[in-house]
Amino acid sequence: MSNFKSIGKDTKKIDALSLATGQPMFVDDVSFPNTLQIKLLYSPHAHAIIEDIDTSEAEKYPGVKMVLTYKNTPHIPHTTAGQGWPEPSPYDTWMFNEKVKFVGDRVAAVAAETEEQATEALKLIKVKYKVLPAILDPEESMKEGAPIIHDEPWITGAYDPKKNLAAHIDIRVGDIEKGFKESDVVVEETFETQYAQHTPIEPHVTITYLDEYGRLVIRTSTQVPFHVRRIVAQALQIPVQKIRVIKPRIGGGFGTKQEIILEEICSFVTLKTGRPARILYTREEEFISARTRHPFKVKVKIGAKKDGMLHAISLYALSNTGAYGTHGLTVASNAGSKTLPLYNKAENVEFISDIVYTNMPVAGAYRGYGATQGYAALEQAIDMVAEKLGMDPWELRKKNHIKAGETSPIFRALGEGREGVTQYIQSCALDELLEKGAKEIGWFEKYGRPKRNGSKVRGVGMSMHMQGSGIPLIDMGAATLKMNEDGSFNLLYGGTDIGTGLDTVAAQIVAETLGIKPEQVIVYASDTDLTPFDVGAYASSGTFVSGGAVLKAALKVREQILEVAREKFGEPDSKDYILENGKVISPKSGKSITLSEIAYDTLYVKNQHQIGATGSFVSPYSPPPFAVHFVEIEVDEETGEIKPIKYVAAVDCGVPINPNLVKGQIIGALVNGIGYALTEEYHFTPSGRMTNPNFMDYKIPSTRDLPEIKVILAETYEPTGPYGAKSVAEININGPIPAIGNALHDALGIRLHRSPYTPERVLEAIRKSKEKKLEPVDPE
Amino acid sequence: MKVKYIINGKEEEYEIHPGEVLLDVLRRNGHSEIKGNCYLGTCGACTVLIDGEPHTSCTILAAKVNGKHITTIKGIGDLNNPHPLQKAFVDVGAVQCGFCTPGTILSAYALLKKNPNPTDEDIKKALDGNLCRCTGYVQQVEAVKFAVKLLKEGKDE
Ligand code: FES
Ligand code: FES
Repeated sequence: MSNFKSIGKDTKKIDALSLATGQPMFVDDVSFPNTLQIKLLYSPHAHAIIEDIDTSEAEKYPGVKMVLTYKNTPHIPHTTAGQGWPEPSPYDTWMFNEKVKFVGDRVAAVAAETEEQATEALKLIKVKYKVLPAILDPEESMKEGAPIIHDEPWITGAYDPKKNLAAHIDIRVGDIEKGFKESDVVVEETFETQYAQHTPIEPHVTITYLDEYGRLVIRTSTQVPFHVRRIVAQALQIPVQKIRVIKPRIGGGFGTKQEIILEEICSFVTLKTGRPARILYTREEEFISARTRHPFKVKVKIGAKKDGMLHAISLYALSNTGAYGTHGLTVASNAGSKTLPLYNKAENVEFISDIVYTNMPVAGAYRGYGATQGYAALEQAIDMVAEKLGMDPWELRKKNHIKAGETSPIFRALGEGREGVTQYIQSCALDELLEKGAKEIGWFEKYGRPKRNGSKVRGVGMSMHMQGSGIPLIDMGAATLKMNEDGSFNLLYGGTDIGTGLDTVAAQIVAETLGIKPEQVIVYASDTDLTPFDVGAYASSGTFVSGGAVLKAALKVREQILEVAREKFGEPDSKDYILENGKVISPKSGKSITLSEIAYDTLYVKNQHQIGATGSFVSPYSPPPFAVHFVEIEVDEETGEIKPIKYVAAVDCGVPINPNLVKGQIIGALVNGIGYALTEEYHFTPSGRMTNPNFMDYKIPSTRDLPEIKVILAETYEPTGPYGAKSVAEININGPIPAIGNALHDALGIRLHRSPYTPERVLEAIRKSKEKKLEPVDPE
Repeated sequence: MKVKYIINGKEEEYEIHPGEVLLDVLRRNGHSEIKGNCYLGTCGACTVLIDGEPHTSCTILAAKVNGKHITTIKGIGDLNNPHPLQKAFVDVGAVQCGFCTPGTILSAYALLKKNPNPTDEDIKKALDGNLCRCTGYVQQVEAVKFAVKLLKEGKDE
């Protein structure tokens, strides 16, 4: 694999210099004359019916063009989840509804000449609410007699709305009860994860306008341009043909932009007024009304034999999807499907999940997508099994992890909202990751030997993970490649680079295949009028699915180029041509021709045609990347503060097509994960209003919070991925909660069953463990 | 009211409302290279240099800095002639979505003006107010160190 010319190289990210010099590349960097500014009014109640809404004063306010409410907007049930069609999320949403279901639900929108006018006019809207009893605790949601959140007759696709169940999963393999009976040790624990937010530094923003043919153009900050087109067409009942969606550069997504939440409102205003319209979320709106991570309560039960072999694993996940069921089923599925196959030695496995509605903020897709929540529980329970067995948790993991050539029945049993696809692991470096990561952190010297310095105690912890690469047999991407006179190529593809560097990876794949430089590939992406289809940026699909499509197109183009060369060289049967340095070379005859010559010839002179092709990629495979995380922390027993000292992420993502970008994905994800483990959390009033919707009170990591971070890449070759690549975007957000939790246990012998591990919670756990030690009689 | 600034070396005159913050005035007048919308001074994306000092432009009244020199990311380099910091951010892979990048680079620029030989700690401190959700900061810190090297090499020539 070593003679790659573009693959495995740190090609500079093709948009980086433009971004670093402040070119107008984002949605809101371009303004259109005469744009209407839209502002939204939100429900102050967690659950209420709008008995009356009077917009007359607002409509009269200077500059106001229109006021939108449920009264004058279409009532089309749809999901805001930007997923493939048919979406595995319920159709439980209208653009505006007379029943509001959480504090932050949309009540009305004002479109005015200026933002100030729109904001002022909002204050003049008079709403009379009939406040209903609200459900703010997922456990209350399923109880007999609980208020029904989605009692409208038009809801479809939810499991049992009368019971507030958005979705339900029940998967069993083997005989779980027998499995626990046969086990020598059994651990049963419950772990809870919290509401958190993606907080892309660029918030959601959409600008719409009509083009010179009267077609609707949507410039939007999205991860899913093609799903935006489809869902806006659905919600507004207009033909797909009338809509063009353009994705410029995106200021981060992490899942929250896999939702259609502003586009339909903005489009509606433009279609009604004929004028450009703009909505830009404030940071506060981003927190209260965009999407969050599904909070989970996971009951995990693991049975193991004396020799350390896992024998039975049961996970029960109670997922709080909030007021709407977007991504509810699939996020919960992933809590099992992306975790349980890792321990495929256990023959008896059960995954059960209830995904419940509450009158809380809406959860959605968030990097890690349920696997994060599943691993938070599973990877701490694994340590507890090891403790019971008197075994090093490293050893336990080493004995039980999945290996190349192996499979797990879970792959088939548990898919994305439907049955999955059997997967055999073809590349897996877990043993190497375990070895190298342990060495780097000093595991065998440090584990089980906490170091104390006054009130500060150091401990180490670890965790092990897998994810997927796109959704097998569902995610499809396509790419078109065409040749220019100078031997450069236009790549038009649907892949959606939201800051990850996918466009650069795509250029590298083309360059490798055609023997040119990545700089000779002009990438234009994600414009529904100009590029072929792609499902978009989610499920760690970028390199694998979109990159796979690019490779297919490039291989077709390569064949067309060779065809011309054979004719030119008069070697009709030749099969061993080399493409390099922008030339086709015949090693036997020594003849060569530049791609530029071929382009001129085919465009202008002989056998004229456009060298170009479209490739589509959909795969029965979703090869998992693997990661093992190690962390050393220092916890202060007096203050309760946890400080990560060193963090090691050992990762197998197949062939890293661009190691620098891979490193950025890994570190970005794990630092986000550290925030989720230590500080990030929504706080609520008793009536369900978020009280900390800003960066002062919702603390995400900054440079000051960084531990020493060490990334270790163990390269494997994944035969089903483009040039041996697997995904890397999500997996590394899964480690910090369990790894830090395990390190805390190593340091102080305490375990927190709820994240984030704030000083208060740590102190509380220390206090409880001391009380326990003082108790004279052990109730067990 | 009217204000005058010298923005990236060029004098510009704007009509403003007395209550407006600098971020809004500059963006409205075409300086879309300044990002940010937290309006609390908490994300750093709106950072500009005012008389060489980094400030979050969302928390400064436009009227208050009348007559001052303002530097945006466009004032330190461009596509054809990038500043070593801009070059370093590109080379090291410190730009992901790029939304935080202008503000972060300006904070680093102000640091290097004062302290051409910063330690890692100095760099982390200087970038602490610039939130980035994509990179996890490590490559940003590496980029600043690389820029220090590039700046020195540039001087040796
Ligand atoms: S917009 Fe100024 S600091 Fe965030
Ligand atoms: S690169 Fe995206 S926020 Fe920093």
